[in-house]
Amino acid sequence: MNIAESIRIALKAIWANKVRSFLTMLGIIIGVGAVIIMVAIGNGASKNITEQIQGLGSNLLTVYAGYSYYEGEGVRVMRSAPTLSLDDAAALEQGEHIQAVAPLVNTYGEVVLGSGNTQGSIYGTTAAYLKVRNKEMQWGRFFTDQEVADYKRVAVVGSRVVESIMGSMDPGIIGRSIKIENVPFQVIGVLKGSSTGFYYEDDIILIPITAAQLRLTGSKEVQEINVQAVSAEAMQSAQEEITSLLRKAHKLAPDQGNDFEISNQEDILKAMEEATRTMTMLLGGIAAISLLVGGIGIMNIMLVSVTERTREIGIRKAIGARESNILGQFLIEAVILSVIGGGVGILFGWGGSALASRFLGFPAVVTVSSVVLAVTFSALIGIVFGVFPARKASVLNPIESLRYE
Amino acid sequence: MLVVITLQGITKIYRTGEVEVTALQGINLHIARGEFVAIMGPSGSGKSTMMNILGCLDTPTAGEYILDGVKVAQASRKALAAMRNKKLGFIFQGFNLLPRTTALENVELPLIYAGVKRKERREKAIEALKAVGLEERIRHKPQELSGGQQQRVAIARALVTGPSVILADEPTGNLDSRSSEDVMAIFQKLHEQGNTIVIVTHEPDIAAYTRRIVRFKDGRIEQDEALAKSEEAPA
Ligand SMILES: Nc1ncnc2c1ncn2[C@@H]1O[C@H](COP(=O)(O)OP(=O)(O)O)[C@@H](O)[C@H]1O
Ligand SMILES: [Mg+2]
Repeated sequence: MNIAESIRIALKAIWANKVRSFLTMLGIIIGVGAVIIMVAIGNGASKNITEQIQGLGSNLLTVYAGYSYYEGEGVRVMRSAPTLSLDDAAALEQGEHIQAVAPLVNTYGEVVLGSGNTQGSIYGTTAAYLKVRNKEMQWGRFFTDQEVADYKRVAVVGSRVVESIMGSMDPGIIGRSIKIENVPFQVIGVLKGSSTGFYYEDDIILIPITAAQLRLTGSKEVQEINVQAVSAEAMQSAQEEITSLLRKAHKLAPDQGNDFEISNQEDILKAMEEATRTMTMLLGGIAAISLLVGGIGIMNIMLVSVTERTREIGIRKAIGARESNILGQFLIEAVILSVIGGGVGILFGWGGSALASRFLGFPAVVTVSSVVLAVTFSALIGIVFGVFPARKASVLNPIESLRYE
Repeated sequence: MLVVITLQGITKIYRTGEVEVTALQGINLHIARGEFVAIMGPSGSGKSTMMNILGCLDTPTAGEYILDGVKVAQASRKALAAMRNKKLGFIFQGFNLLPRTTALENVELPLIYAGVKRKERREKAIEALKAVGLEERIRHKPQELSGGQQQRVAIARALVTGPSVILADEPTGNLDSRSSEDVMAIFQKLHEQGNTIVIVTHEPDIAAYTRRIVRFKDGRIEQDEALAKSEEAPA
């Protein structure tokens, strides 16, 4: 009996036991599919977050207003006062590792144009914002330092703001007068839609910081200062420079702590990478459980069918099958089921990943290693549990197999 | 007279835990080519045990079994498989057909293991099914056939390789009397064509078809009698 006959016998046996064959394949399909989807989502999320953080600006350091501490007579006292100002921003521009500085005040408010209105984040900033935050213009222009110095009531808006108040992405918004918290501003530019996938990045209104302080916040307070270092290598030096420049500007005594905080993009990136790695591991864990469940499903079906299969082996041996014929048949059956199940599982995982991408808003990234791992594992279970009982039964006397209950 | 089967001192002891059951005690038996033998005896007397040994489905604890001049005990497992395939045709009380597999495929199976080419084995399988009167049912699966029809498929499967001996262990045990007659008529015909047949039965009616009755009791042969040859099958 040649290999073609063995394959034909195996195929007939698979066909004769459609339900069992299907359930076995289902176990493999679920295991393989789940692993591929989970790992793809984890990978996609991690890639996406990294890109988003990098998209926030290059070589970016952000200084946040904090609280000042000083220690007197053994007691640490916290003085809660806003500590950043436009003067601080001006002082930072002197730093030699610092390329550009964009102070920021923000508030949340209503924007009205005729009958259209929307809520959005309103940022007061300076001309350097565009460069520091890696933004590009869709239409029109950004405001100049001169306009900032002149308290000009001009505004640059994000794409979602345009959609909200105009009903569509309409360049006709340029030159129109909008009311921000009832104060009229002239729209001079529209930002290009953000590529990072943070929707709120497109829901912003940018105005000169001077006008924002005067008309909207009514205070000299600056909430954060975005600082761009001259290069990636200069990030650390720039951070030290900012610390010393601000300590000097704030006239802090050596025993006093900083009254501001600096967040470094690299640190955020590392923290986020850590977080996404944890998430990927979590998803991987879920995937491993799916694989195990699929595997147990396969085992179950294989073991449940042992009685029937043992009888089948008895019948086949009684009419002259050799042990090698039996083992060959069962091995080929298991391989065929694993290959088909694995193939369908890959398609299922691939399709599922594509579908997940739609719902998640970021692409799930299918990796070859997850495909290989899942298929190997499932196939191994399928083959081991398909062939192992067959091996046991094939060495029995035919009459023992036929009597098997 | 050409001897096909020789049993010398065949003993079979089953061990289940502490308990030992002696199912066969020193059986001596010769069966010649073309004989039609009935094995009778009360339940538990060792008939099935002997048939399984004759069919190379089980091995004796002691004694020698010579089939067509070959000492079975000395045969390799591969050689045993070949003997079951080519020299023996076994028919069970419970049919033992592959479920969800057509009559034709069931009958073809021994030929596949014998390495017979596709076209030839199809022809032979159809021929065998014709011989048992099932040419109309070759595409039917066991569950679509009556008990009598299933047993006829099993007979076709047993005779398709042209075995030296056809062994049947209570082939009509699960059948009604009408089907039993059909099946026995087939055995009768096979006998007339020169096949060697050994059949286990409880029923004297069935045994009456044969030419020799071997009676078992408590694992021994109690009586071995030849029947008068009659040219007509008994009614
Ligand atoms: N697999 C077995 N294990 C233990 N005892 C068995 C087994 N098969 C048969 N026996 C015993 O051997 C004896 C003969 O059984 P068997 O050959 O089936 O008798 P018969 O077919 O004549 O009814 C009985 O006592 C039976 O209980
Ligand atoms: Mg019996």
